[in-house]
Formats: sequence, C-alpha cells, structure tokens
Amino acid sequence: MRPTVTFLNDRLIEQIISEARQILCVLGVEIHNKGVLSLLSDYGARVNMKTYHVVFTQEVIEAALKTVPGSFKLFDVMGNETHNFSKHRIHFTPGSAAINILDHRSQKIRKPSTKDYVDYVKVVSQLENIASQSTALIPDDVHEGFSDSYRLFLSLLYCEKPVVTGTFKAESFTVMKDFQVAVRGTDKALVEKPLSIFSCCPTSPLKWSDVTSQNVVDCAKYSIPVEFISMPLSGFVAPVTLVGTLIQHTAETLSGIIISQLTNPGAPILYGGSPAIFDIRYETTPMGAVETMMVDCAYNEIGKSLGIPTQAYISLSDAKQLDAQAGIESGIGAVLAALSGINNISGPGMLDFESCQSLGKLVLDNEICGMVFRLIEGIEPKEDFPALPIFQELLKEGHLLISKHTRTYLKDEHFFPGPVINRSNRARWEDEGSLTLEDRAVNEVEKLLDNYRPSELTDNIKRELVSLMEREAQRYGQNNLPERPE
Amino acid sequence: MKGRVIEMDLLKQISDFLQQGDDGKVFDLTKQAIEENIAPKDILDLGLIAGMNVIGEQFRKHEIFLPDVLLAARAMYSGMDQLKPLLIKEGIPSAGKVVIGTVKGDLHDIGKNLVGIMLRGAGFEVIDLGKGVFAEQFVETAVKEQAKVIGMSALLTTTTPLMKNVTDLLRENGLNNQIKTIIGGAPVSKEFAQEIGADAYAYDAAKAVECVKQLIDLA
Ligand code: B12
Repeated sequence: MRPTVTFLNDRLIEQIISEARQILCVLGVEIHNKGVLSLLSDYGARVNMKTYHVVFTQEVIEAALKTVPGSFKLFDVMGNETHNFSKHRIHFTPGSAAINILDHRSQKIRKPSTKDYVDYVKVVSQLENIASQSTALIPDDVHEGFSDSYRLFLSLLYCEKPVVTGTFKAESFTVMKDFQVAVRGTDKALVEKPLSIFSCCPTSPLKWSDVTSQNVVDCAKYSIPVEFISMPLSGFVAPVTLVGTLIQHTAETLSGIIISQLTNPGAPILYGGSPAIFDIRYETTPMGAVETMMVDCAYNEIGKSLGIPTQAYISLSDAKQLDAQAGIESGIGAVLAALSGINNISGPGMLDFESCQSLGKLVLDNEICGMVFRLIEGIEPKEDFPALPIFQELLKEGHLLISKHTRTYLKDEHFFPGPVINRSNRARWEDEGSLTLEDRAVNEVEKLLDNYRPSELTDNIKRELVSLMEREAQRYGQNNLPERPE
Repeated sequence: MKGRVIEMDLLKQISDFLQQGDDGKVFDLTKQAIEENIAPKDILDLGLIAGMNVIGEQFRKHEIFLPDVLLAARAMYSGMDQLKPLLIKEGIPSAGKVVIGTVKGDLHDIGKNLVGIMLRGAGFEVIDLGKGVFAEQFVETAVKEQAKVIGMSALLTTTTPLMKNVTDLLRENGLNNQIKTIIGGAPVSKEFAQEIGADAYAYDAAKAVECVKQLIDLA
C-alpha cells in the first residue's frame, strides 16, 4: 500500500473551492493586459478596460475547468518519455531561478557565470532521482536582456532532460519557443512531445501583470505546459490562516486556468504554487516553514480534486549553507510532497528563500529523493507468505545473505543512499579521512563533473540552437557569447 | 513650572499610547495638546517621535515585530495628520522626503512597500513611484519634490543595472551631493552599492530607516 498524507477532507475542499469561485465572481481579479481582458470579455466575463478589472461568472469558470487535461507527459530532447504527470506519480526538479550560487569549492556565495550554469547542468544530467532540469541560475556574464532565454539555451545544449523554465519578460518567449521547435523539428512535434514547463505567476493578491499573463497566453497558443505559481504570503498579502491562504491560492490559480483554457482549450497545465507564510520577525518568506509545506500539500489535494496534475515549491530550505537546517527542511518537504503525491516537486539544491542554488546540496537532495521514492513504494508482501520456508532456510544457514529470496528482492526492498549520506562505521569513516557531509558532497560534485558525457542531440540541432541564441544576443548588442566549456 | 509638568505628562501619555498602537487615544490626546496650546513641535518631538523612537529601538532589538510597528505608525499618523498643517504654518520642516520605487522591468514590490511603510512610520514623507520605474523618473521626481533620498528596489538579477543608471544620472547632473541613494532587494548587496556608487544598502526595512536617517543628515 502506498503511504499517503492528507490535510483536508472533502467537505473542506468543497468549501474552499466554492469561496474561491465566489471571490472570482464578486471581487474578480486585476489583469494588466488588454489582450487577455478582451479575450475574457468575449467569453462573458465582466471587464473594465480602464481599471484592468475583470469579474468572472460561474459559467466561465466551469467552461475552463471542463477542458483542462487530467494528465500530460514530458519528453527529453531525444524524444524519450521522462514524465507522466498523472495520479500520484511524482517527479523532482531542482529549485529554479536562483540569484546566487553557493560555490562548492570555496563555500562562498556569489553570482553565477556561464561556467557555473554548465557545471550545474552537467551534474543534473547524472542525478537519477531528479527527472528534469530547471533553469536554476541566472548567468551574470551575458546581457541581462537575454539572460532568461540563455539559460534554456545552455540547458538544451548540454543535457537531455526536459526543462522547467520561465521568462522574465514577454519578449523572451519567442526565442525560447524557437529553441524547442529547433529540437523537435516542427511546431506540431513540440505539441505532441512537450519539452518544457513554463512557470507563470499571478501577483498576490488577485492580480496578473502584463508579462506573466502574456506568458500564459503565449504558452497556451503553442500548447507548452504551464505551471501556475501563485504566491500568497500568509498574514501579509493573504489571510493569516492556512484555510484563508488556500482560498486565495485557489482563486488566483483558477484565474490562471481560465486565461490558459480560454486561449487554447486543452492546453496542458500544472496546478502549482509557491505560497509561504510571512515571518514577521525577519520580513521573510520561509519555504522551509512547516506551515508553508502544509499549504503546499493541501492545495495539491484541491488541484487533484479538480482532476488537475500538480506542482509545488517544496523540499527546499532557507538555510544559508549546507548545514543541518538544509537537510531537515528539504527532507521534511520531500517526504510530505511525496506522501501527498505532488506531481512536480520543485526544490532540490535550493537554499536561502529560493535565492541560492548549491551543487553540493543538489547531490545530497538527490539521495534524499531516492529515499523518498523508496518510501512511497510502501510495504508490500513479496514472497513472504507462507513464512515457514524462509525461516527454515535462515535457521539452517545461519544467515540469508546469499539466499535466492534476498538476491531477488534486495534491490527493491532496500535503497542504499550515498556517498553523501554516510553509513560506514566510525572507525572506517575516520580511516577514510573523517570527511564531513560537505566534503563528501563536494567530492561527489567533482566526480560527476569529471564523468559528464555530452548530450546526444545532433550537431546540426546544436548549431541551430547556437545561431538562434547568437541572433537573440545581437538584438541586445552582444555580438559574442561567453566561451562555453566542453 | 507646574504647567510644564502637566504638559510633559500629556506628551508622555501620547508617547505611551502610541507605543501601544492606540490610535484613538493618540488622536484625542493630540487634539487636547493642541487645544492646550502646547507647541506643535513639542507635541511632535516629545510625544509622537519620542514614542516612535522607542518602538524603532525595540524593533531593532527584535523585542517587537513588524505588526507592532505598523500599529504604532498608524497611531502616530492619527496625531500627525492634525499637527501637519500647524507645522507647515510655523515653517517647521518635515523629517525629510524620500522617493522610492521598484526599478523598470521588475514587478516585485512587497519589500519596497514594507520599506515605504516603515519610513512613513519613522516620520519621513514618502513618495512611492510604484513599480517599473525608469531612471529619469526617480531623478526628476526627487528634484521636483526636493527629496533628499532616492530608494530603489530590485528583486531580479536582470533589473539591477537600472540602479546604476540612476546613480550615473545624479552624478552627471551634479546632484549626487544633495540627493543620496539607497538600494535594497535580494540580488543586491553592500558591495554592489559601492560598485554602482549608491550611498547605502539596507537588507530590511528597519535597517532602511536607520540608513535613511544617516543619509538625510549627510544630504
Ligand atoms: C513574492 C515573490 C514574487 C511575487 C511578487 C509579488 C509582489 N507584489 O512583489 C510574484 C509571484 C509576482 C513574483 C514574480 C516573479 N518572480 Co519572484 N519572488 C518572490 C519571492 C519568493 C519573495 C520576494 C518577497 O516579496 N520577499 C519578502 C520581502 C519582504 O522581502 P524583500 O523583497 O527581499 O525586501 C526586503 C529587503 O530586500 C529590503 N528591500 C527591498 N527593497 C528595498 C528597497 C530599498 C530602498 C531598501 C533600502 C531596502 C529594500 O527590505 C525589504 C523588507 O525587509 C522571491 C524570492 C526571494 N528570495 O526574494 C522570488 C524571486 C525574486 N522571484 C524570481 C522570479 C524569477 C520571478 C519571475 C521572473 C517568475 C516568472 N518566470 O514569472 C516573476 C517576475 C516577473 C518580473 N518581470 O518582475 C526569482 C528571481 C531570480 C533572479 N535571479 O533574478 C526569485 C529569487 C525566486 C526564484 N528563485 O525563482 N515573485
């Protein structure tokens, strides 16, 4: 039996959704995008173009919910299926868009460069429990006008895994779509085999900016999957109660679903988010707070009740370095997310309120994710009944180390994390240099960097990606891209 | 002498109720103080500001939290709104004007809003240009409003360069001695402030108030 955790009962879910729908039909939302407003008006929503305000009807909400796909898949750059967002299947992806990198060699925090980004991608490409890459760092050595699309370019060039990404401004969408079409060959092939997910954020409370609402429309037009990232901050720009926060999250996410589905019925989406409580003592938005995680798991239940696959920013930490806090917060988050069945779990590698990526933490988190995958397999009887034969064998042999039963089930029953998580006895640990967790993580990162094997994307496509990127860079007056590592 | 004692007692009460966030009481007592002809400047300094200073200090030491400060600030304004016309009539200058905004291309404004609230709470006049603000807008507004400080916020790596446009613009126009700059937001730092020639960096709203006070003394 797969173990699960739930926070809401059906009645509470129903109440939350009903209140959220009422908010949309009475208070409405602000959308600072005339194109989106006129679309909504065409479908019968009450729109005020001057105040950018739109009030929905139950019919509009219903129509949008009807066309949302209940599942969808992702495929890597080679066209192989990697993700199936359905039921309670889970996939991990690194926390995205960090401002800084925690340099694994010097343990110092600094702005990332092209080389750091490529190192990150090389590491992710080899982490078996992390199914996708995310555009997790903003390289500092290119013009800021295209540093959002540049990340996707590097990702597609160096790693085969699909990409969780997003734009910082509406204009970047075109080239980011073109990269993906280049990989797949045609627009149609990209629709058939999605390669990326774009994160699109409403602004709490109950607002959409021009940029992010345009992103939703652009993605929907090309059937590029979107994850909605509503970010109510409990007690600050959202009610302090977790239920109140959930009502707001539901209303904001539904408004995104409406924009997406009215643009292109059936466009793939994840019911996602990055809500947080607001820590009034430090003026921060803790992702590692237990209440933040509870809200994540709870809105996942709401999304599931609407028949929509889900996403959350969970299994990340607010620690500033790779310390015990980093492990505790990421571990609790990963476990809760998996037990809840959140389909796309964004978090590994991330520290400091979503602002710092760490390759050392990424390799540790990969092991945490491995443990979590084992956890959700639960406890199932294999060849355990009747029990007498195996115990007769045990008593006769004195051990079961080489028993057929052990050899058959060992790999499925036990997950062996490491080398970051260490299970040697103390004497051996000392003999091997008394390495700290940080030392072991650094060694693992270095090993992965040495072992990296280039993506098998064809040279032709790689060249096309480069020329698309160069053209985009020129639009911002940058004629040469930074040197790229092998 | 006796009058002065009663007066001090009244001002102390204003300060105390302000610290408790009781805007109704602060409103009534300020009204009473004005009616009793206590000098507006004294009501401000020994009543309202005295109370806010205690609050500011407690906040800095983490003894109280943001909502306590906001309640106190609201109480302060219930008195301040009555005093303002009188202070202007007597030609007493405000604590200083600060122009704030989130830079162009960036729509993160939560942190900037908090800084604005706290600056207002500390008695500064805040002109909030909102988000997506161009460099010229910051400078032109500061000049027009005779503000002494420009406060800029950015939360995206990609939007921080605009801050340098502002410091450059001030320097090119010889305004950098009379208008000081302060920056904040997750991607910026003390070092970045130095690099672009901004006068200060603050990592949160309480620190922002402290720094703006110092900058105003300099400007
Ligand atoms: C909330 C949030 C949002 C909200 C913003 C709502 C709003 N009205 O502001 C929403 C959901 C809309 C949003 C959108 C986006 N976001 Co955002 N967001 C955040 C988050 C989680 C918290 C920011 C926050 O409000 N913190 C709480 C406040 C109180 O703290 P603060 O802002 O740091 O402010 C304090 C201090 O910095 C200082 N301060 C701030 N300003 C100033 C100014 C002065 C003068 C002074 C003295 C001090 C000062 O004092 C403040 C009070 O303590 C951050 C993560 C982070 N670590 O910052 C990401 C983050 C900043 N966002 C990020 C991104 C990528 C985006 C998007 C581009 C996502 C997308 N693809 O659409 C869009 C932005 C589009 C655009 N063009 O701007 C990235 C930035 C990455 C980068 N390297 O640049 C971050 C780091 C998260 C991440 N890893 O993905 N976001």
